[in-house]
Amino acid sequence: MSVSSQNATPPADAAVVFDGVSKHFPASGQSGAFTALDKVALTVDRGSITGIIGRSGAGKSTLIRLVNGLEKPSGGKVLVDGVDVGGLDEAALRTLRRSVGMIFQHFNLLSSRTVFGNVALPLEISGMDKRAIEQRVRPLLDLVGLADKHGRYPAELSGGQKQRIGIARALATEPKLLLSDEATSALDPETTQSILELLKRINAELGLTVLLITHEMEVVKAVTSDVAVIDHGRIVERGHTFDVFTHPKHETTRALLSGLPGSKLPDAVARALKPQPAAGDRAVVRLTFFGAAAEKPLISQLIKSVGAEVNIIAGTIDEIGGAPYGSLVVAYGADAETSGRAERFFVENGLVTEVLGYVA
Amino acid sequence: MSPDILLRIGGATVDTIYMVAVAGLIGSLIGGPIGIFLATSGKGELFPAPTLNRVVGLIVNATRSTPFIILVVAIIPFTRLLTGTSIGTKAAIVPLTIATIPFVARLVEAAIREIDKGLIEAARAMGATPMQIVFKVLLAEARPALTLALTMTAVSLIGYSAMVGAVGGGGLGDLGIRYGYQRFMPDVMLVVVIVLVVLVQLVQSAGDGLARRFDKKNRKT
Repeated sequence: MSVSSQNATPPADAAVVFDGVSKHFPASGQSGAFTALDKVALTVDRGSITGIIGRSGAGKSTLIRLVNGLEKPSGGKVLVDGVDVGGLDEAALRTLRRSVGMIFQHFNLLSSRTVFGNVALPLEISGMDKRAIEQRVRPLLDLVGLADKHGRYPAELSGGQKQRIGIARALATEPKLLLSDEATSALDPETTQSILELLKRINAELGLTVLLITHEMEVVKAVTSDVAVIDHGRIVERGHTFDVFTHPKHETTRALLSGLPGSKLPDAVARALKPQPAAGDRAVVRLTFFGAAAEKPLISQLIKSVGAEVNIIAGTIDEIGGAPYGSLVVAYGADAETSGRAERFFVENGLVTEVLGYVA
Repeated sequence: MSPDILLRIGGATVDTIYMVAVAGLIGSLIGGPIGIFLATSGKGELFPAPTLNRVVGLIVNATRSTPFIILVVAIIPFTRLLTGTSIGTKAAIVPLTIATIPFVARLVEAAIREIDKGLIEAARAMGATPMQIVFKVLLAEARPALTLALTMTAVSLIGYSAMVGAVGGGGLGDLGIRYGYQRFMPDVMLVVVIVLVVLVQLVQSAGDGLARRFDKKNRKT
């Protein structure tokens, strides 16, 4: 039976729907009962790259394993292409899994098989004949840039190359959905970027939906269009990546964002920061600007408007999900007059500001 | 040494190889699947059957902890039933096989348990059936370890086969005891020991070489 034939009323643009999903692990041995997921509701749009970010133990590994039925929900439903995964028997589940690719933190390649053999494995499992496998595997190795390594064994490859093989293997059955379980967490920053670029390319060229879990904001920032923040088994914030990054609402999101380069204050400033201003103090303010605002000569206009000294303390210009984004920390007089002029200027120019504190 | 004795040594060597080969083959064919079952039938594993797993484990342990020489005597009625005799090469194969089964089972179990659980998860995520996981993942990945396990089995069997000589089992052990020991022919004993040492060496280095060839994990390029 085919998975799509079971579609009851699939939401038109949803690749995956978590509908009030809970997962409890009963007490066993020395570990007590544990709630990994608590009524999670989340929609993964078709064609998106959706990230789920959280600290370790937040429940994200469990969440992604529910999608291909490696774990069963204790409550609620997980719909993949409109099909309730929890309601499938083993045979139907295997059919579904063949249409969902998965890549792993530790690659999970077979050491006894060559690069070619590893990519061919899911096709052998699905019963494809040798010649068809050959025809399917070659272009995949080209796609991930490892055609010249087809006869090598995983032990002879670097981490980044192994993950590329993992990706080629996950794509072998031409899935509509790719699950990525901390796929870059074991890689160095440079290799991480190249793997993320590959995921982006696959998403764009093959129209594949990507659901990835990670604990690194860098990963979310670099590739995802949508993001959900998970903490203690609950989704605490979700939305378009750009919005979540520029207007983080939950403290977990802020904490995760604070690890990004450029978002930290210099230590000396951070230490001197006071919550309340005294006479003659200066306000330390973070300006966030994007879109049209990023194009304006903001600083010179700010100095003119404020009519007082403005110090630049920290700043970064970056891209989130392809959109330009800037963050600037400035300091100016905390007296009512200067602050008032500054605030008017921010409102006029549509800048998002956050007063971080005051320094002498 | 008389040509007659040399001929006997040659014949006994062939007998030993024959016993080891047949007992090793049948023992592995039965013990291997038992080992796979032991490694995959725990709670939450591929073929969950925890109770049967424990029962089989218990039987395997019981057989393994029975001293071989006692096993040989204890199963004489069974041996007779199967082969019609309790002495000679053919009869010796029965207790040798019985001893091999649990030995192989535990070694195969250990070899399979060594495999990274992540590989099983990856195969499940590909939509593999439990049987496909056993054959395409577990046995393929464990091949170097399985080769070493079978090598160890063969070496142990050579030792055991010499022991069945004590109860008239035929082969090199039998020859060593009857001529070397009971007829005071230390030179025969010496040759028997040398032949056994050479046999073990050959089996061991062949097994090691094969395992190295299968091992793609710790490759020196």
